[in-house]
Amino acid sequence: MSLTNPSLAAGDAPATVYGALLNDRATVERLAEAFTQPPYKAAPKAPVLYVKPRNTFAGEGAAVAIPSQAGAVRIDATVGAVIGRRATKVSEAQALDYVSGYRVVSDITLPHENYYRPSIQLRCRDRFCPMSEAVPAQGFDLAVATLRVRVNGEQVHERDFTGLVRPLSRLIADVTEFMTLEVGDVLLVGPPEGAPLARPGDRVELEVPGLGKLSHTFVSEGNAGEER
Amino acid sequence: MRQARVVYEGRTLMATPCATGVRLSDGTELREEQVTWLPPAEFGTVFALGLNYADHAKELKFQGAGGTAGVPERTECADRTPPSHASARRTCTFMHYECELAVVIGKTCKKVPARRAYDFRGYTVANDYAIRDYLENWYRPNLRVKNRDACTPLGPWLVDGRCARSDGAAPADLGQRQGHAGRQHPRHDLRRRLPDRVLLRLHDAESRRPDPHRHARRRRRLQAGRRVVTEIEGIGALINTIE
Repeated sequence: MSLTNPSLAAGDAPATVYGALLNDRATVERLAEAFTQPPYKAAPKAPVLYVKPRNTFAGEGAAVAIPSQAGAVRIDATVGAVIGRRATKVSEAQALDYVSGYRVVSDITLPHENYYRPSIQLRCRDRFCPMSEAVPAQGFDLAVATLRVRVNGEQVHERDFTGLVRPLSRLIADVTEFMTLEVGDVLLVGPPEGAPLARPGDRVELEVPGLGKLSHTFVSEGNAGEER
Repeated sequence: MRQARVVYEGRTLMATPCATGVRLSDGTELREEQVTWLPPAEFGTVFALGLNYADHAKELKFQGAGGTAGVPERTECADRTPPSHASARRTCTFMHYECELAVVIGKTCKKVPARRAYDFRGYTVANDYAIRDYLENWYRPNLRVKNRDACTPLGPWLVDGRCARSDGAAPADLGQRQGHAGRQHPRHDLRRRLPDRVLLRLHDAESRRPDPHRHARRRRRLQAGRRVVTEIEGIGALINTIE
């Protein structure tokens, strides 16, 4: 790994990163009409999840390549809960006991509005999941946290986590009802409505007071500086 | 060359086939039911390719010009010994298995040219279970259907990829016999397409359906106690039991 593309520190890489979609009430309200139309036909019942596989993992300072034909990416700026002990069928009341820490996560995707059968090439490209180091959970309350996104020094987005369809404890309960979360897994609480876009050359900074900052840049694919 | 990983008397050991069943790395020869079978390597991510059979694509009105459809799945790992389908037992009424040829990636690769596409580690067998009771039309196939605990058995053998022929046919002429021509993308083309978009690391297993769609996906009620065998000639028979 070159200095321009630092990976996560040894021992700090998550096991599996899962993301939850449609977890911002504003997004659900915007799409309410589409919920009953084809191809969806019905509103989602279980959490709508996706995987960010390990080729997407990146750390502070990563240079993330955007394919030239795409032009821009969307930054689904969010927070990830780090699982501290194996969680199977966990109750909502006990869910936060299974969280050992949090990460600030820049969940990058090629812009798309299709929630039906999205291709993995949208969300699962190399380094499309820069994450800050995990911060211990003690003393951090997601319910009162804010997240700001700056692109080239200018604030372009601000969100909080009060409008979640499933607050974190409920999300953990509903996910572990059907699948086990393992130690080191990260569960993203979901993209915000109105997530900002970024382009090659941009420098992005995410900040969550109480958790810290995450900075990374975007480059054009083919100009990423590193061949593997 | 084929290898397995087994647990015997509390130890995890590599194993190879022998006349009685398995030969452990310490030389002990045993019958196959004397050991607990693990997946043949510690896999990273399983990428399951969707819509790679022409008849399936046609059924779904899929136009081939799109990307490689697929979903990363968690590797779950019980084979031969009973995987825990416990959560499906009481509530599931509609579950199906899918016999898949899994290609095990041997080294980090990206933008692989077609001529080098067969330079991977080997093959194994996957059974990509789906619990269709929970199918929803959001980010299909949704994780509640596909990513359940122990619902992607892999193994038992990892078979060296070098026995694959240069034209891309799998061992034992699997491709031709099972209707390789029906694939939406030729295999070497897929090898080129997928690494162009994602980075595959050591032991990442890329699952692929070896049978035509209509044979591979049996939609039926699988009862507790049912023994399911997914076998690919020349690769191995993966056996698991529904709990």
